[in-house]
Amino acid sequence: MSTILQQTSRGFYCPQGDFYVDPSRPVDRAIVTHAHTDHARWGSRLYLAARSSEHLLRMRMSADAEFQFANYGETISVGGVQVSFHPAGHILGSAQIRLEYRGRIEVVTGDYKLGSDATCESWQPLRCHLLITESTFGLPVYRWPKQTSVFESINQWWRENRSQEQCSVLYGYAVGKSQRIIAGLDPSLGPIFCHGAVEKGNEAYRQTGVSLPPTIHTSHAEKSQRWAGAMVVAVPSAHGTPWLKRFGKISTAMASGWMAIRGSRRRRSFDRGFVLSDHVDWPSLLSSVDACEPETIWVTHGYSAVVARYLRQAGRDAISLDRWQRSVDHEEDGGTEKSDEEKSE
Amino acid sequence: MKRFSQLYKRLDSTTRTNVKIQAMTQYFGSADPADAAWAIYFLSGEKLRRLIPTKLLRQWAAEEAKIPAWLFDESYSSVGDLAETISLVVPEQESETTGSLSAWVEERLKPIQNMDEKQQRKVVTDIWHQNPAEVRFVILKLITGAFRVGVSKRLVTRALAEHTGICAEVIAHRLMGTWSPTPESFLRLSNPDINDAVISQPYPFCLAHSINRDSTPESLGNTNDFAAEWKWDGIRAQLIQRNSEIFLWSRGEELMENRWPEIEEAASLLPTGTVLDGEILATKPDGTVLPFSQLQRRINRKKVGRKLLHEVPVVFHAFDLLEEDGNDLRSLRWRQRREKLETLMSQVTNPHLKITELIPAHSWADWTEIRTLSRERHSEGLMLKRIDAAYDVGRIRGTWWKWKVDPYTIDAVLIYAQKGHGKRSSLYSDYTFAVWKEDELVPFAKAYSGLTNAELREVDRFVRRNTKEAFGPVRSVQPELVMELAFEGLQASTRHKSGIATRFPRINRWRHDKAAKDANTLGDVLDLLPGPSAGGGP
Repeated sequence: MSTILQQTSRGFYCPQGDFYVDPSRPVDRAIVTHAHTDHARWGSRLYLAARSSEHLLRMRMSADAEFQFANYGETISVGGVQVSFHPAGHILGSAQIRLEYRGRIEVVTGDYKLGSDATCESWQPLRCHLLITESTFGLPVYRWPKQTSVFESINQWWRENRSQEQCSVLYGYAVGKSQRIIAGLDPSLGPIFCHGAVEKGNEAYRQTGVSLPPTIHTSHAEKSQRWAGAMVVAVPSAHGTPWLKRFGKISTAMASGWMAIRGSRRRRSFDRGFVLSDHVDWPSLLSSVDACEPETIWVTHGYSAVVARYLRQAGRDAISLDRWQRSVDHEEDGGTEKSDEEKSE
Repeated sequence: MKRFSQLYKRLDSTTRTNVKIQAMTQYFGSADPADAAWAIYFLSGEKLRRLIPTKLLRQWAAEEAKIPAWLFDESYSSVGDLAETISLVVPEQESETTGSLSAWVEERLKPIQNMDEKQQRKVVTDIWHQNPAEVRFVILKLITGAFRVGVSKRLVTRALAEHTGICAEVIAHRLMGTWSPTPESFLRLSNPDINDAVISQPYPFCLAHSINRDSTPESLGNTNDFAAEWKWDGIRAQLIQRNSEIFLWSRGEELMENRWPEIEEAASLLPTGTVLDGEILATKPDGTVLPFSQLQRRINRKKVGRKLLHEVPVVFHAFDLLEEDGNDLRSLRWRQRREKLETLMSQVTNPHLKITELIPAHSWADWTEIRTLSRERHSEGLMLKRIDAAYDVGRIRGTWWKWKVDPYTIDAVLIYAQKGHGKRSSLYSDYTFAVWKEDELVPFAKAYSGLTNAELREVDRFVRRNTKEAFGPVRSVQPELVMELAFEGLQASTRHKSGIATRFPRINRWRHDKAAKDANTLGDVLDLLPGPSAGGGP
């Protein structure tokens, strides 16, 4: 049976509507799931995206790019294909793309997670014939702890550092992760400073109407700023760079799904690792597949071969789109080290 | 058990020695003696006998997690640690760990080895279900015998010294041999009556100063006031025989047990109440001293195999006598001590215990000439000792002098950089240098020290801007910076790409005046190798 979407070297292509979903190279019409650079790439003529991702996308794309936005749930017809955006719960404005053509429904999840997030709308299951799911954390070792307990331990860590006259430096991806962290911080503990790249993300969030506690761009800090007791939210690539020198005595931590594994924290020698991910973990990946009741599943981005094999053994029709495997570390780490260093104010 | 797993977590989440010591000290201060005794047992690297084959653990974990075996294996290979994989895949239940570490080990873990497989499985899966993930992870580590947390016995000793207020040497003495994890052993550690340990006590080492390269030894005074010996590059040690017990201490105040069995055996020939100061060196039966790289093969081996004993025989070269018949001789003049040492050593016949050779001379010129032979003998130069001086404590100026030969120097190109540790962890401060082999740069030495902080920052900037590729933490950079490297020794090596191993390489200076093409060649380096006549390695 023919599918609405086809896998091509540039990404998923819909011949009927002549558009791509999250194309890896510039195309004429791109539908993007969310504003992270590995999904929303530069250079296409027209971008179609969820309304709430507008500020983030405009922040990241060139000024002459052309955009068209749709509200969640609103249907747009593109060449006869009914296209709609639905919350994916990954970051602000992240969407699952639902395509319907002649009674057939296909869904591209993009990156997604289950559960609540104060900074974006929650994922909703979409019944479909074909589900294209990510699998960044598609191994049974990944089971996320409760978000509330993670924030409790982050604030507890901040409190301990404060009592030891240390500055807390918490790393998270500049867009999405950092804002989710900031929303979970307890602002009564002290001032929250942000690395330039993070602060830019904060602005886009606030413009979209997400309320975040007050934050200060690190380079707007007073000369006499006492950093002991403060919280600095920074991009991971700032770790181990001279940029940190100004903060004096610091304790460093990383917030990421990868922190579930001891080795990934130790290899980069963070003082602490908090397990906080914006992707589905193993149990929620399986339960979301169940909820969508797809006939066929294409697994991309991550442990696709493992997940596809497991689903097949569970009696489902699943294949791995191995060609689309990307470097998983890269995604949550936020761009290359070099580019972030250049950015570091 | 809960507290012990918190200790594990604290130790595991830091690389700072002081934080580790503080964490252990706090634990020892608040733990029940029975628990503290077991903690010492595990922290100093002892294991329980393997309780359950890992194959079974994997199988049960997969079944408990309701995943197929292949998926467990995929997970394991991604995580890389069995105990961790199990504690991650087996679903966690609301649970609270009860029971102390000692109760856990004695009542729950040790009995496992006498159970049949069915009972074992019941016990193990109960452990998984009744404990939160981070506790069961530590318990699993104890079960699999893979309990390692970046703590050495020496660090445990230091923490115990801090906790008990008793000096580290006494603690080290009390920790000697096989540690029996009982509350009595732990309480004995903090016994303020340190007479038990007196028997093993070393004296503080007398340390030497270097003669500045730019000054001449003539400034020290008359040659008649000095005695000279070869300066060897080995392990400085005190060899103690008291009441027929042998103790061998390194200069790092570490008690070296069972590492140098032939020396310990030889020391039993000494009369009781003897303390020798000397250098452990790899030495061939004919007396030729082997390069340090050979000795290195035996350092840190807790047990030495027969093959290595044969290939790298060691000799304790005694150069001072600190105690005779139980009397402290340190206030005697050097020549008096030497005389007694000679008398003593003439009565001991053992190939692994020798007295150092004195080098007679009539003038500084004699010694200057003899010193030029140092390299051929794998010596670093000469030691000069004032013959009328007492055995000083610490580094007192004027009694002992190191008169080293000039190091080798080579101009080399910086090709790889890596971030340093501790204070330097944010800077690219660890470098690999290369020399030319025809048109190719071959790496030949790593150097970490010698630049000023300002220079380090400059190189750091260079590395960040001129990275070609990153391999994990290592970056390859544009080959532009040339540094003059100094090193003490050179040896042919099959393990290094360049065919050469360097000893103690460091950066002498940054050659701003040279471009990469002006750096030395591998041929230049090979020319520095001691000739075949000099003995070389085996």
